[in-house]
Amino acid sequence: MSEFEPGRLIRPYGDTTGDGMVQISFTLPMPHSKVAEGAAEQLANKMGMEPALVAHAKPMGPDFTFFVVYGRVNHLVDPSKVEVVERDYPLLTPKEVNASVKETLRRRMVVVGGCIGTDAHTVGIDAIMNIKGFAGEKGLEYYRELKVVNLGAQVSVPQLVDRARAESADAVLVSQVVTQRDAHILNTREMSAAFRESYPAAKRPVLVVGGPRFDEKMAGELGVDRVFSRGTTPGEVASFLVHRILNRPENRTQPKQAAS
Amino acid sequence: MTATQPGMLDLDPAVIARARDLAAKVGEPIVELTKQHTTVSVERAMLRLGGLEGADADGTPWVNLLLDSVRGDVGLEHGVALPVWDALLRGEAEDLTTLAQKASAGSVRFRLPEGPGAKDAARASHAQVATGVRRMDQRRVEREQLIRDVGDAPRKPWIYLIVATGDIHEDIPQAQAAAREGADVIAVIRSTGQSLLDYVPEGATREGFAGTYATQENFRLMRAALDETSRELGRYIRLTNYASGLCMPEIAALAGMERLDMMLNDSMYGILFRDINPVRTFVDQRLSRQIHARAGIIINTGEDNYLTTADAVEAANTVTTSQLLNEFFAKEAGLDDWQLGLGHAFEIDPDVPDSFRLELAHAMLARTLFPDAPLKWMPPTRHMTGDVFRGYLLDGFFNLIGAMTGQGILLVGMMTEAVVTPWLSDRDLALQNVRYVMNAAGNLHEDFRPAPDGFIATRAKQVLGESIDLLEKIVDHAPSNSGAGLLDAIADGTFGLMKRPADSGRGLDGVAKKSDSYYNPASELLEEK
Repeated sequence: MSEFEPGRLIRPYGDTTGDGMVQISFTLPMPHSKVAEGAAEQLANKMGMEPALVAHAKPMGPDFTFFVVYGRVNHLVDPSKVEVVERDYPLLTPKEVNASVKETLRRRMVVVGGCIGTDAHTVGIDAIMNIKGFAGEKGLEYYRELKVVNLGAQVSVPQLVDRARAESADAVLVSQVVTQRDAHILNTREMSAAFRESYPAAKRPVLVVGGPRFDEKMAGELGVDRVFSRGTTPGEVASFLVHRILNRPENRTQPKQAAS
Repeated sequence: MTATQPGMLDLDPAVIARARDLAAKVGEPIVELTKQHTTVSVERAMLRLGGLEGADADGTPWVNLLLDSVRGDVGLEHGVALPVWDALLRGEAEDLTTLAQKASAGSVRFRLPEGPGAKDAARASHAQVATGVRRMDQRRVEREQLIRDVGDAPRKPWIYLIVATGDIHEDIPQAQAAAREGADVIAVIRSTGQSLLDYVPEGATREGFAGTYATQENFRLMRAALDETSRELGRYIRLTNYASGLCMPEIAALAGMERLDMMLNDSMYGILFRDINPVRTFVDQRLSRQIHARAGIIINTGEDNYLTTADAVEAANTVTTSQLLNEFFAKEAGLDDWQLGLGHAFEIDPDVPDSFRLELAHAMLARTLFPDAPLKWMPPTRHMTGDVFRGYLLDGFFNLIGAMTGQGILLVGMMTEAVVTPWLSDRDLALQNVRYVMNAAGNLHEDFRPAPDGFIATRAKQVLGESIDLLEKIVDHAPSNSGAGLLDAIADGTFGLMKRPADSGRGLDGVAKKSDSYYNPASELLEEK
């Protein structure tokens, strides 16, 4: 459900409602001259800025010119038609996460994580998993009822699958920071395919991938259960895991009176 | 410490001396340990200094193939110099390359020579490895000559810019353009993952991830291009690469022989951030630093990395502690003060009250502790959010501290950190930022004396005190099998929250305890002065 009513259109805001003002900067590969400034204005016009004001033009070496351009765009935006992945699970505190795991699984939830491929940037996986955490929230290691296995950087997909099996992982977290030549997409597909091959569907650990350049809408395409993008906190990941894993049929709490 | 030297604090010399004594106490058992061990990379570095270059058709370097053969026949513990030169003296091959080819084809058997045979092999290996060491000496003289002829960087800090395309032939024009825009130092970022390769790739490379492979040929190509640009600009442009990871000493040797000027080379980074075995790292580190010392290369240490995983306020003392340890290990390996680009970084959360005063206190502490070292000042990365406007302001404050504390090497911060690899315009704007600050406030240190009991002086004293506490804790660390408190401290997560036991980690199988007949001409040559 969108909080925006359908058909309510908006424009960028400079200092007056509806003025449509935006600011952009770019470089053209030409020496600075009046013609260069005209070329910058032409580009801005073609981008829909009309009128466009070339506020700043500066030569960068003999062959390039840098521009800052202000102008008005006539495009309209309809927020009711924007598609995003909204959080579809309740956000829990660490205490609530621990309590739900304890009550439902009756054992610690096992989370295995790492950076796959040649990616050596552990900043993302560490932000989520290390006790230190991120954005003032403690990482998954802090959660008493989670058993966290952080494999670090440059883990191969077979290593990851083997370790997930050895640990009987409930969830596998993979972080991908390097995006050169779409490495993050290719690595993630390879990873999800490997898990599909080596597990029956119902037994497969929940697969979560994260990184600053992922599109959260791509989970299906990548074959994973969830994609987390920039700014995700450990609490969000923990809450998602609880939501997804504790709602698996085999994990659903038996009614109390039926328990012997 | 002259009155005009920027950024000095009035710290008690006895406390500083105490910190250095403790660092030595922590470091000495490690040095002893390194002297008792060798590694595959140490032996390969010796072979490279002996002149063995190139690779087989699959790209496996001959040094790896030869080493593996020798190791298979006689083990690693004696060093490979004696078996290799014994085979040459026996006439198994006319030179090292042919020997490596034959060895990889399985047609040579190696043995450990004894008595006069061992003496002859030692003498022959010493003579040949000395040619590599002489080549590094010549390169050092050549650098000094070039600096005299074309001129040096006009001011300090040296402006340090990064290129990282993955393709050496793209890197070259980018590096030349960066130099023309004002860089005094060019760093070619390595391909992601090279640190975990147990060999050095060969040849000119055009494919890398988020960086370009460090190879001898890439070093040579880039140095030649920058020599050309140095002449054009009338100032010597320095070239930086990475002697880190599993091939630390080999890459150091290649850098020495190809006249690189600065190398990233930290004593503990590989252990903590790449999970490389601690013993392997310390052994490799020592020879790599002996090589850097000889080649006149400035090392850059990696303390900035601690602050990317730990909180920059809470962990400030781990930076100081690591700087003191890096200094101890560097000096033990023969490096001089002018070669110590000890690292530190501007990584405090800007939302913390007084964050700038805290940063300034930390930077002044480093300056005061290491008055003659060209400190390397690293820009904010962790709190660069994608808000490029705010990032530009943060970089300005970072530059201001650089100006006020007389940093030797200033890595230029990019407002697009965490968004894109730097664009042409990002670099230009970043350099404008540096120039504005240096021009506007470069001499501010002449007027700036923090109050003796004020916030900055107190904070610096506190961090130094906490560093001493940490060093004491390491010295007193519960005794264990490893025999060194530092190894135990690393094992239980004292630095950067990462636990790295001495008996695990990558590259452990490449470590051997030296036998009584161990001989390595490279170590011998580098230790005689």
